[in-house]
Amino acid sequence: MQYVMLIYNAEERWAALSEAEEAKIMAGHFAVMEQSQKDGTYIGGNRLVDVGAATTVRNHSGKIIVTDGPFAETKEQLGGYYVFECDNIDQVIAYAGMIPQEDTGSIEIRPVFEMD
Amino acid sequence: MATIDAALKGARLRAIAALRRFSGDLDQAEDAFQDAAERALQHWPNDGVPDNPTGWLIQTGKRRLIDIARRQQRQTQLTEEPAAETDEPNLSAIDDDALRLIFTCCHPALSEDAQVALTLKVIAGLSAHDVALAFLIPTRTLEQRLDRARRKIRTAGIPFAIPQDQELPERLNAALSVIYLIFNQGYSARADGLIQPALCAEAIWLARNLLRLFPGHAELTGLLAMMLFHHARHRARQSATGAFVPLAEQDASLWNTTLINEAQALLDHVLGKHAPGPFQTQAAIAALHCANDPQGTDWAQIAALYDILEHQLANPVVSINRAAALCESGDPEGALAVLEHAQSQANFENYGPFLVNAANIHSHLGHPKRSRAYMERALAVTVHPAEREYLAARLPELSEQKLDIT
Repeated sequence: MQYVMLIYNAEERWAALSEAEEAKIMAGHFAVMEQSQKDGTYIGGNRLVDVGAATTVRNHSGKIIVTDGPFAETKEQLGGYYVFECDNIDQVIAYAGMIPQEDTGSIEIRPVFEMD
Repeated sequence: MATIDAALKGARLRAIAALRRFSGDLDQAEDAFQDAAERALQHWPNDGVPDNPTGWLIQTGKRRLIDIARRQQRQTQLTEEPAAETDEPNLSAIDDDALRLIFTCCHPALSEDAQVALTLKVIAGLSAHDVALAFLIPTRTLEQRLDRARRKIRTAGIPFAIPQDQELPERLNAALSVIYLIFNQGYSARADGLIQPALCAEAIWLARNLLRLFPGHAELTGLLAMMLFHHARHRARQSATGAFVPLAEQDASLWNTTLINEAQALLDHVLGKHAPGPFQTQAAIAALHCANDPQGTDWAQIAALYDILEHQLANPVVSINRAAALCESGDPEGALAVLEHAQSQANFENYGPFLVNAANIHSHLGHPKRSRAYMERALAVTVHPAEREYLAARLPELSEQKLDIT
């Protein structure tokens, strides 16, 4: 089944990371990509530009409302995602565990809804 | 009937695990086992319990699953052809399936509440009503919790699998936590005043099964030993009227020496392995509570073990127990220092055990006013009737001490 791995970061905290800390986290991402490609489970993934670039659109009864910023102000922001095709959640948990988080954020795993 | 019940209980974990493998679905496996168990209750009283009740239940459950699949024309979804009836089940393969089932129910992607509920319902075979009663929640709430958990197992792809080697220690710890939570729930007093030895017995049964699958595992052995030590004293912990009986006043002739001896043998064996851990430390403490007579407890040794446990768990509640042991060993000054340090780590204003210990320590130190204030506060936050009764009975005692001192 397909899983999306949603990576949330406190952007402020992320911006304050030292180069060495950032390099460690990036190394984790490279390890995930390498391992999942080797496993044949990698479907895709991307890092997102910070929420300063976010735009929210609402369609209220046909009236399109465009506003600046993310849909909700939260402590942690969506910073990137992966999509994997895995047999079960344990494999995805193992990938998530390869990315150092320290106190910068957390990773949410969600199965992709499958149409019957 | 007792023999039949015991045979069903003994076969349950392996049979459900094998049926789960066969059907690929936990709910179907439970239904099939339920059906097979009902058939067993019809046939076994006349035919006798078969030599291999597990095999009988698996075969009967499989036939049920095949019937259902045929009716739904989904035979192809079953993972294997039904074995001939004479086939002996492959026990080591079934043990692996039993482990897979335990790790499914204790998967960390499920909430702790859900893990406990699933383990009691699916593995131990308690009814939803009994599980709900044990945890003081409405049956409907428990059923919803189970439904959500079963749905998540399906939709999130929680596997029927033994974790990879590098994840196994952490996942096994999760299973131990579930067993410990079940035992604690049985051991801690309920609002209606009853401790629940049956729930404790389930936790012990789960630990015995897991130990059969991980022979010699140090912390699991420690957990089992600790539970046996505590469970051995359960008849002495409560008076005939349901009142709480503290250790020093317990009638040691009510202790179950068979369980104590078994626990001691397990503990001696595992301590020899030099792979220390918090459950082993707690077992060693429980052993000292069972040693000799209740009045001759070695509190200094217990305090020393709580010191070790403090380092292993870094939990301020452990410090409260250490303070209590220090006080009992004749060092109330040391006890107060430990207690005050614990108080700086966490808010214990409404925590009964802290308040009772503070009252006791201040009483020993000749601070009757403070002691009484803590005791009254403890009485105000304690809901359990038997414990309330015990505390209320101690209040005048503390007043007498006040008279002695002043």
